[in-house]
Amino acid sequence: MTDSTYPEISIQTDDFSLSDEVALLEYENAVDGAVVTFTGRVRNQNAGKQVTSLTLEHYPGMTEKSLLKIIAQAKEREIGRVKVIHRVGELFIGDQIVFVGVTSKHRQDAFAANEFIMDYLKVQAPFWKKETSKDGANWLDAKSSDENKAASW
Amino acid sequence: MIKVVFFAALREQLNCSELSLNSNDFSTVDEIKQHLASKNEQWQQVFANNSLLSAVNHEMVSNEQTVKPGDEVAFFPPVTGG
Repeated sequence: MTDSTYPEISIQTDDFSLSDEVALLEYENAVDGAVVTFTGRVRNQNAGKQVTSLTLEHYPGMTEKSLLKIIAQAKEREIGRVKVIHRVGELFIGDQIVFVGVTSKHRQDAFAANEFIMDYLKVQAPFWKKETSKDGANWLDAKSSDENKAASW
Repeated sequence: MIKVVFFAALREQLNCSELSLNSNDFSTVDEIKQHLASKNEQWQQVFANNSLLSAVNHEMVSNEQTVKPGDEVAFFPPVTGG
């Protein structure tokens, strides 16, 4: 596997395996000593409500473009491989939603790039969450704290 | 023609996922918004929301962005992925 063929993004309905993704980030990659991964999962509650499921919608075409742009910005740091997976469709409590994996020679760049990617994904990538609880279904509002976090880079 | 697409809460409020407009009638994203808002009261209310985001050909843009035939214009609420 060469870096030019490594698929950096995936928008998918299927679940993913954290150990498989780490293995891919590490495969024939002897130059990077640091591997930082983040996994986002569906929580059982939000804003005081018991959540039963989340439905993820996205804008095909723009989503991919937007994630690749965020990854390109993250690569201004000295990092090796990057993988971003985001699931769409209906997800239930405990299900994995998003994965960001970054390798680098040393930990600081991998930690920083991983957080940068998540912060920007939160405010720029066209995904929307609809939450279902016993009260019904409603689209989540964007949080100003996410805007502020992304703006802090 | 200009293809206009809507997503998430916006798509549901408008009960519309996409429509086509005659490209000769519009030169900016703002003109498209004003046209859509003039459809009826429901559309007017939806487009009065200042937090709506716009994209042209998959890039986030401002209201002043110019549009041309063949463009895909998208309107959607602030994103909530991750």
